[in-house]
Amino acid sequence: MVVNCEGVWREVSNYLDGEVSPDLRAAMDEHFRVCQKCTAILKGTRNVVGLYGEERMFEPPQGFSQRLHRRLEENMPRQRGTAFGWMVAVAAALLIIGSVEVGDSSTFAEPKQRSQQARPGIGVPAEMMVVVAEDGKTFHVAGCRFIHDKARQRIISASQALREGYTPCVRCMRKYLSASALLDADGDDDEFVSSNQPTSK
Amino acid sequence: MPEEAISLENRPDRLNEEMLIRRIRDGEHELFYELIRPYERRVYSTAFAILRNEADAEDVAQEAVLKAFKHIRQFRAEARFSTWLIQITVNEARMRRRKEHLEIVQPMVDQQDEEGNYTPREFADWREIPSETLERSEVRQKLTEALASLGQKYREVFVLRDVQHLSIEETAKILGVSTASVKTRLLRARLMLRDLLASGLGGSWGNRWSFAKGTKPW
Repeated sequence: MVVNCEGVWREVSNYLDGEVSPDLRAAMDEHFRVCQKCTAILKGTRNVVGLYGEERMFEPPQGFSQRLHRRLEENMPRQRGTAFGWMVAVAAALLIIGSVEVGDSSTFAEPKQRSQQARPGIGVPAEMMVVVAEDGKTFHVAGCRFIHDKARQRIISASQALREGYTPCVRCMRKYLSASALLDADGDDDEFVSSNQPTSK
Repeated sequence: MPEEAISLENRPDRLNEEMLIRRIRDGEHELFYELIRPYERRVYSTAFAILRNEADAEDVAQEAVLKAFKHIRQFRAEARFSTWLIQITVNEARMRRRKEHLEIVQPMVDQQDEEGNYTPREFADWREIPSETLERSEVRQKLTEALASLGQKYREVFVLRDVQHLSIEETAKILGVSTASVKTRLLRARLMLRDLLASGLGGSWGNRWSFAKGTKPW
């Protein structure tokens, strides 16, 4: 096979890429041995391919990578943030549920009462300060003469007293007792019941 | 083929790359930085070679990377991630070019008949341009100018084949042309660049070279 200059120019690119048949390659090699012009073209083309193939040929501008990452960051779903956000949300929800439960058990649910017979009061102002005796079962307004064990009395809020299982004194805290509580009250309380409910007699 | 191409082709972490992609898909988004780090330059240079200016190239490179992240689920493992990323970049760059009508005036060289034979203009003995000279910005500048003077279809093929080291088949697929077309355009692009860099005398724009024969910067 013989190849002329024009044939070489047509195939020089394929020659460099190894895309020519062995016969054509041999013919071209033979041509290059005798043709300076075509050898110059081959060398020049090979040089061009090598130069542009160098990584440093196209340097990105300074800060390119940082700006790219920043842009990505701005557009990336905040995976960690989201996960964290969810954790916060879940924790908050648990706290709310928890506090409701605590609230239920301490404020709204009936506390374990010190007196088996007494009934909890109704509408006792939570912030009202009351007096309790350490071994007593009821809470009182200050100065109530029915406070037992005056030596070991404490002044606490009504809500705290309720939490600790104290019930309203049927004397001084009468207005906070339900009718049923009054009915169920022991001993001396009976007179209050009768006096308070004249129609029932 | 240059050594760079070989090292990119045979990246030992190809498996690692597949694993990264799987994990990103599963929600570990921050691993995407690691996945694209080796390709950032390539994305930029592809965009730059097509758009021919730094600002547009950077913007398009960012868009392309963002798009790759958003569509990572569409990546099919039978392709190389780098090829897929370059394809997105080429598409983005083409869209940008269309939008901004960057090529209302076609370069002279683009008007040449693709199928016709290209006759080299410069037959003088080639004086090797050593790759070390690429350290000098004025040499890179001249090479960039020469590439920028080529018509779009030649530039695209040349960039994918000789800058990004993609195969003829990959180049054809990305550009949506036949492999025969890739070969023809590549031949023309290489010969035109050789002519432009050999002397600066041939061609309609050759006189724009700031250095004449004998005063080349290499």
